[in-house]
Amino acid sequence: MLEVISLGCIRGDRRLFKDLNFSADRGELIEVRGANGSGKTSLLRILCGLAQPAEGEVRWDDQNIRSLGEEYFGSLAYIAHQNGVKDELTAIENLRIAGGVAGNRLGEREAQEILARIGLQKESYLPSRLLSAGQRRRVALARLLITKAELWILDEVLTSLDAAAIALSSRFIGEHLRNGGMAIIATHQELNISATATRRLEINSSVS
Amino acid sequence: MARASARNHAQDARATKLLVNAPFLPSMFGWLVWRDLILAWRRRADVLATFFFFVLVVSVFPLGIGPERELLRSIAPGVVWVAALLASMLSLGRLFGNDYQDGSLEQIMLTPQPHYLVVLAKILSHWVISEVPLIIVAPLLGVQFGLAQNTLGVIALSLLLGTPVLSLIGAIGAALTLGLRAANVLVALLVLPLYIPVLIFGAGAVSASVAGLDTQPYFLLLGAMLVLSLVFAPWATSAALRISVE
Repeated sequence: MLEVISLGCIRGDRRLFKDLNFSADRGELIEVRGANGSGKTSLLRILCGLAQPAEGEVRWDDQNIRSLGEEYFGSLAYIAHQNGVKDELTAIENLRIAGGVAGNRLGEREAQEILARIGLQKESYLPSRLLSAGQRRRVALARLLITKAELWILDEVLTSLDAAAIALSSRFIGEHLRNGGMAIIATHQELNISATATRRLEINSSVS
Repeated sequence: MARASARNHAQDARATKLLVNAPFLPSMFGWLVWRDLILAWRRRADVLATFFFFVLVVSVFPLGIGPERELLRSIAPGVVWVAALLASMLSLGRLFGNDYQDGSLEQIMLTPQPHYLVVLAKILSHWVISEVPLIIVAPLLGVQFGLAQNTLGVIALSLLLGTPVLSLIGAIGAALTLGLRAANVLVALLVLPLYIPVLIFGAGAVSASVAGLDTQPYFLLLGAMLVLSLVFAPWATSAALRISVE
């Protein structure tokens, strides 16, 4: 379970948010909403442990994520604005290497099946630099299908995806939640994900 | 154009496919090293550029100075080592830069293994890609300076012990300047002073060999530097990376 306790974030000399409290239990979806520049990405990066909060703490199973270190990273999957997809590698290599580096080894056939599931069966041997923005995003999303992480932190993942891909990813995010996972998604779009509990978190940067 | 490069790529992919499939990658460490080696192979123009920089810089000296045997012999250690230093510095931008730009550095930093090992894997692959070719070619280049055979061996050995230190120390600078605009200049200012001990003892070993003196003390000192930087540099680099990524 993820707990956020009186979290505050300052970027440069601008305060983005303060005294943010929420928690996410298994099966829960949290939608993070807010205007551009309100601190959605900063919040998600703090939740990942990539950035340090100005005040407050993030707890995972009652322990501060800073003291958990890489143990926490094992239960976390993060997809950022930037896909983390290497241009020089093919879609299949991207997926297999990302899996191998994160400790989820993946055979070539398995990787192909997963790419087919995400609608890239024809493109799996193309270098990623020839893929469109939406296709690259699909390669990044394929990482979610191989990870064993419970907590998915997704930053505007639905941008540049077509309707079919949005429906597909909503479906497998829903599946993840039904299997006891949790997801924190920053988005401007309406999400159509079937979850037992969906919570909305509004960030407004008007706080002081 | 796109199709031609796709075909080219397909050939590359076939060449490395066998190895991507290899079962000898038991650990995340292995995958990370292997990933960087494949990426370097796909972008080999970058790697070759620093390699030829080293070859050219070393080769220009005998041409410029002329066939004065004694003079060439006495400057050879310094020339080879300074060129290795500069080539090593040129390649530092590659160490984390590309991964930082496309967001894969964040992904790597979020893998469930100690940052020390992550950074060590990146440095190891960087050393294999950027420095090992220099170590191999340096004795050949030494022939142009009329060096004796055992001195050529000393060149290779001193580079073998010294260049990992350059990569390890350079990684700290590369991590600190990640994402900055004048990163290349800054990294030189940060890292060159720290390279100086390696330069002194590396070139010193070769000079001692040219003069027919004992080279062992130099190697011991280089080895000590290697051990020391192996312990501290990845740790400092991961701390610097955390600051830069934030």
